[in-house]
Amino acid sequence: MSSLKPSLSGLLATALLCVSSLAQAIPEIQNWHTANGVPVYFIAARELPMVDAQILFRAGSVRDGERPGLAQLTNGLLEEGAGDWSADTIADRLDQVGARLAISSRRDSASVALRSLTDPRYLQPAVETVARLLKEPSFAPDAVERVRQQMLTALQERAQSPGAIAQDAFFKALYGDHPYGSPADGTPASLNAITRADIQAFHRRYYTAANAVVAIVGDLDRPAAEQLANTLVGSLPKGEPMPPPPPVPALAASQIIRIPHPSSQSHILIGQLGVSRADPDYYALYLGNHVLGGNGLVSQLSQEIREKRGLAYGAYSAFSPMRQTGPFLINLQTRNDQADTALQVAQTTLHQFSADGPDPQMLEEARQNITGGFALDLAGNGKLANYLGLIAFYGLPLDYLQTFIATMNGISLEQVKTAWQRHIQPDRQIVVIVGGGQSAPTPPGPAGAPVPPTPPEPARS
Amino acid sequence: MTEIETLESAQLGDLMSRSRTLIAAFWLSVTPTAFAAAPVHEFTLDNGLKILVREDHRAPVVVSQVWYKVGSSYEPSNLTGISHLLEHMMFKGTPTVPGGEFSRLIAANGGDENAFTSRDYTAYFQTLEKERLELSFRLEADRMRHLLLKPEDVSKEAQVVTEERRLRTEDQPESLTSERFNAAAYLTSPYRHPIIGWMQDIQALSLDDLKHWYQQWYAPNNAVLVVVGDVDPNQVRDLAQKHFGPLPPSELTPPKPAGELPQLGERRIVVKTPAEVPYVLLGYKAPTLKTATEAWEPYALDVLEGILDGGNSSRISRDLVRGSQIAATAGAGYNLASRLEELFLLAGNPAPGHTSAELERALRAEIAKLREEPVSTEELARVVAQAAASDVYQQDSLFYQGMRLGMLETVGLGWNRLDDYVQRLQAVTPEQVREVARKYLTDDRLTVATLEPLPLDGRRLATPGAGTDHAIR
Repeated sequence: MSSLKPSLSGLLATALLCVSSLAQAIPEIQNWHTANGVPVYFIAARELPMVDAQILFRAGSVRDGERPGLAQLTNGLLEEGAGDWSADTIADRLDQVGARLAISSRRDSASVALRSLTDPRYLQPAVETVARLLKEPSFAPDAVERVRQQMLTALQERAQSPGAIAQDAFFKALYGDHPYGSPADGTPASLNAITRADIQAFHRRYYTAANAVVAIVGDLDRPAAEQLANTLVGSLPKGEPMPPPPPVPALAASQIIRIPHPSSQSHILIGQLGVSRADPDYYALYLGNHVLGGNGLVSQLSQEIREKRGLAYGAYSAFSPMRQTGPFLINLQTRNDQADTALQVAQTTLHQFSADGPDPQMLEEARQNITGGFALDLAGNGKLANYLGLIAFYGLPLDYLQTFIATMNGISLEQVKTAWQRHIQPDRQIVVIVGGGQSAPTPPGPAGAPVPPTPPEPARS
Repeated sequence: MTEIETLESAQLGDLMSRSRTLIAAFWLSVTPTAFAAAPVHEFTLDNGLKILVREDHRAPVVVSQVWYKVGSSYEPSNLTGISHLLEHMMFKGTPTVPGGEFSRLIAANGGDENAFTSRDYTAYFQTLEKERLELSFRLEADRMRHLLLKPEDVSKEAQVVTEERRLRTEDQPESLTSERFNAAAYLTSPYRHPIIGWMQDIQALSLDDLKHWYQQWYAPNNAVLVVVGDVDPNQVRDLAQKHFGPLPPSELTPPKPAGELPQLGERRIVVKTPAEVPYVLLGYKAPTLKTATEAWEPYALDVLEGILDGGNSSRISRDLVRGSQIAATAGAGYNLASRLEELFLLAGNPAPGHTSAELERALRAEIAKLREEPVSTEELARVVAQAAASDVYQQDSLFYQGMRLGMLETVGLGWNRLDDYVQRLQAVTPEQVREVARKYLTDDRLTVATLEPLPLDGRRLATPGAGTDHAIR
């Protein structure tokens, strides 16, 4: 359905990590800057006559300030009018050439992603359209009002979803007053308070060359890719580079939050602060988490909760590194009357893993899955584009893809255990349980719709 | 296994109801950059296993998929969900590969794997580095004929599936509405059953039921092996002969015909459940490639779907989301490649300040307009351009290339049935679009379901049922 939800929900399944064996098959990243200073990352993929281009800005919800939802509303309005083009005109210009546009907003970043055929007759109009909506979105009052209403509806949908309620409560408890704890989708009150002037100011400040990166994958040679990047962002004003978000304060104490909901299942989140994208321990934690809960049914959490006990359809864990400290999170859902049992099994599994470290054979098999599967993660322009966007936005090394397998192979069991014990503290843990069933009383939370959560920044694939 | 549902369905606009996203064809006369997909190599083993291979040498990777011609539309009414539960059980071991070992071996070899069940098929897949294709064949051939079904595994896995059902349907107001909608729209067609099954049926499925279902449908002559990736077709054939060749075929009994009775007037249901956002779902009985008497009609319906919901320039986005702003979200869906008669779907959430009734009226007014006025040539050209571009984009994914072949083959259309898809769309005239609207999108063929939200702190009216078009392991 052609719902506008994608533009509001800020899902971008950007992937990180997972490596293969055939290093020679790993594509090379080219990197340069446009004349106005925007870093461009490019991978030539000549087999299919198509191109993926992503433009990412330091314009995620972490910049919302006193106006939760502002980043997402601004991002969502980009395709709703630019210069003298109406939303209809923009839609026509893209659809007529078979181009696809995906706009999204997360905590650290906001982005616009274009997929187009490379024949210039189709590519050129699409690229010019995107360039214009980045540079001169009109934020027409009627469009502002309409997208605001759509976001309010999205908030209501969050309020009927126990999983979304749980995520929101988790982020709020974990981050408190830090900007990462601010509801990325806004609240009814905050959305209603945002003015057109707020949106225009946000766009002026953050959608600038100094806050942008471009990632391109497709059937172009270097000059064509340079021209593409120039058309997309070459006329953006320079702007001021935004500093990273403030460091995240440590969690003071553990907390258990129970929120009643008339669902037949309880959604259980167990988590705490994890690591930032720049933390060197991330790789050891990622490898360790592959044993614990990051590798589908093979992982320990799935084994204990689903395979041995039939308690849940899925039980997973993940680190989601962001510019600053991202969360570590275990997630499962079970029938209400089994919630305490499932919680106990998950916590015991986590604590044993933290105390004892991974089983040596399981660690080796997890490593083989990651390294042996890296080629899979790079098979396709779409997958490459997601990696490249991540590398570009977080400024990861240009040889990131080439060195990833070696990095994974270089991590010892002892390093995994040490990193795990350094970062995972059972006494600094947030537990959220949403559910309970029909007789649940009204939640004691804030009035109105519970604030919806947003998925954490792109994590592993 | 990542048992996350990547193919989530039932709601409109998903992968499966968007035939356009499943189709390959050619970029048309409008462009010189014609781009054809690599050819498909077709083999059939003596035991009846059909093998389809497409080379894609962009990365040293291969996708291997085994498709079985069985799904929820094959199920009698008290065994709903058995295809899906059996799909889960397929990971529980054989005499030579103990339970859990399948997944462990694939993972330890750097692979991804999963499975999915639909109305018309059940499929298992692995993605691996190309050198490890044999592992996939060895394991899939083994479980095609040698599955061990143990009572303790069945009861535990049935629990897992009931949790899956709660997660996907019972606690999701729109999925719940969609499930009840299907059960109301179809009287006799097995499409009235949820793929995951009704809760009471899942809980009552027995070991013997599963054994019988497995013996009935899991055989090389009821399967299609699809391989896409950095492979040599002849080597794939030889490898398949080595592992699948020795398996005996079965005597297959095709499912009894289960057509839908002609509808004799509009049907309406209301679903009351705790929720915040109203939702309305409309479906008109419509033919598919398999059931149509006029070959062009499904293509005309597909074009019509694109006119209504193909991108932000489509009529629903332009007129209902942006124009009248009656809809917060809305869309249309139609799958021309279903095995049985389908529903042409419309659905949406009213914008704040508007009601489901208003949204329903607005959607029906769009249909009325299609019955009255021919669509413009610009709209037709846009739909064709989008289909042609999609055709190229889909070739970026090994998985979806394989998915298209396997899906078309298992519903009985033949893997190459849609090779001329874009040409067929381009041949559709404005008059033909109007004709299918007049013939099929009529009030007497319509079913409407409305979600009426109850307070979230209230009580449920009844125990809900559930279902999506795709239940994934």
